[in-house]
Amino acid sequence: MATEIDDEIKKPMPQRVQDQMSQLGNSIQGSQAWNSIFRPGSIFRKGYTDSPRNRSYVIMNSVLYHLHPVKVKRHAVKVSYTLCLGGLSFFLFILLTVTGIFLMFFYRPTAAAAWNDIYTLQSSVTFGLLVRNMHRWAAHLMVLTVFLHMARVFYHGAYKPPREFNWVIGVVLLTLTLLLSFTGYLLPWDQLALWAVTVGTNMMGYTPVLGSQVRFVLLGGAEIGTDTLIRWYVLHVLMLPFVIVIFMAIHFWRVRKDGGISGPL
Amino acid sequence: MTEIPEHLRKRAEAAKAKAAGESAAAAEPELTAEQSEAASKIPAHLLERAKAAKAKRAGGEAEASGSGVATATPAGSPPAAPDGPPLVSGPEGHTQRLLTVVKSGSIQDVKAKPVDKVHTWPHLLVIEFVAALFITAFTTIFSIFVNAPLLEHANFNKTPNPSKAPWYFLGLQELLTMFHPMVAGVTIPGMGIFLLILAPYMDKNPSQKPEDRKFAISLMTIHMMFWAVLVIIGSFFRGPGFNFVFPWQAGLFFEL
Repeated sequence: MATEIDDEIKKPMPQRVQDQMSQLGNSIQGSQAWNSIFRPGSIFRKGYTDSPRNRSYVIMNSVLYHLHPVKVKRHAVKVSYTLCLGGLSFFLFILLTVTGIFLMFFYRPTAAAAWNDIYTLQSSVTFGLLVRNMHRWAAHLMVLTVFLHMARVFYHGAYKPPREFNWVIGVVLLTLTLLLSFTGYLLPWDQLALWAVTVGTNMMGYTPVLGSQVRFVLLGGAEIGTDTLIRWYVLHVLMLPFVIVIFMAIHFWRVRKDGGISGPL
Repeated sequence: MTEIPEHLRKRAEAAKAKAAGESAAAAEPELTAEQSEAASKIPAHLLERAKAAKAKRAGGEAEASGSGVATATPAGSPPAAPDGPPLVSGPEGHTQRLLTVVKSGSIQDVKAKPVDKVHTWPHLLVIEFVAALFITAFTTIFSIFVNAPLLEHANFNKTPNPSKAPWYFLGLQELLTMFHPMVAGVTIPGMGIFLLILAPYMDKNPSQKPEDRKFAISLMTIHMMFWAVLVIIGSFFRGPGFNFVFPWQAGLFFEL
């Protein structure tokens, strides 16, 4: 016993620290808590060494398996084919969700408070201006990437069987993206927002037969006002994101079910 | 270089050891195998046929190896114990029975051509991660230098001149100058979306090659250019009263 301790003391300091660290690591990775978090086969249980099996496990034993198969066509990872446009649209959506949640902490959707809240956000909230800018520019960028993604898919003929219905879902997603952008446009309640939305909703008022009803439902009244603001706010932060997430889930699922991305040409 | 999973390797080793042990004691269990064959429910004529085939094969092998000396064993007699593990009979000496033939493709999607595939990790995930980082960095840096517009408080009594819709609707607003609002605001965009949805059902051309799709590609390009031109005119070439102006003369009337 004494000699063991002596041996331990005789070891050089870095060696002892290293031993203790690896012991600590082993006891953490062997604990029930750790093993309850990471499923059998997870790379976080035993550590990752590069091997074909572990490469498969990274996907198979993580939540990523919902999005990606273990293997994809070699051609599918060529950036020059997809330009990553669909992926970028999705990342922008996530970025918009994160920045949007931040903005919600400082915003009240009433005609009396909205503009002042945005103004205060920009002038006195830490990173408020930056996050609002990011939300605005990411929104415009997303409209652009979704549109370019559609063009890319068309030029590759990727809407052809068996992917017809996924194209239809894609068009729905494009429309939802435009609606999300447009409903957000009103929320700052400045002159730009008010009159852009006035132009837009006046156009919708010309829908055949139901024109005035459509306009009334959208505005929550005969004219734009506080009722419009709360209506568009709920559409913007809750209803349309909810709908678009469902359609995105179907869209991504169909990409896999229809045999991965199209091509090569 | 693929790794063989641990449990499969162990099973294979166990099976190999068992087969080796059986071939060592092949002569003795021959009789018991015969009995068990008789006791099993395999029809007698099939058993006869299998036995004959086995004998024939054993004879053929002997002929091939015996350098021309015919040493055919009489049909029906048990074949000589092979040197290695028995190939056709199972571990217990059972003759296998063909129950049914399942053609490939009848219950399972058979890929005629093997597809060249790569692992999603790292090949795809690394690209996606870099793309996500890139777009986040781009948005952040752009937002540091360019501020989002916040004009003065909304005022119903002060209509700005010109009043413009968001840029992606400016094509529609441009159409308003030419058509009745119902046509410009509802009919044309509605038709546009409807045709877009119908595109895969109208385009019966199965080819994906650009050289086979000249008509479809031209049509889509014209369609997109039509909107792009309208949006650009509406954004940059429309001044007070939504009248046509040149931006280098009258200045920009455009907010994002």
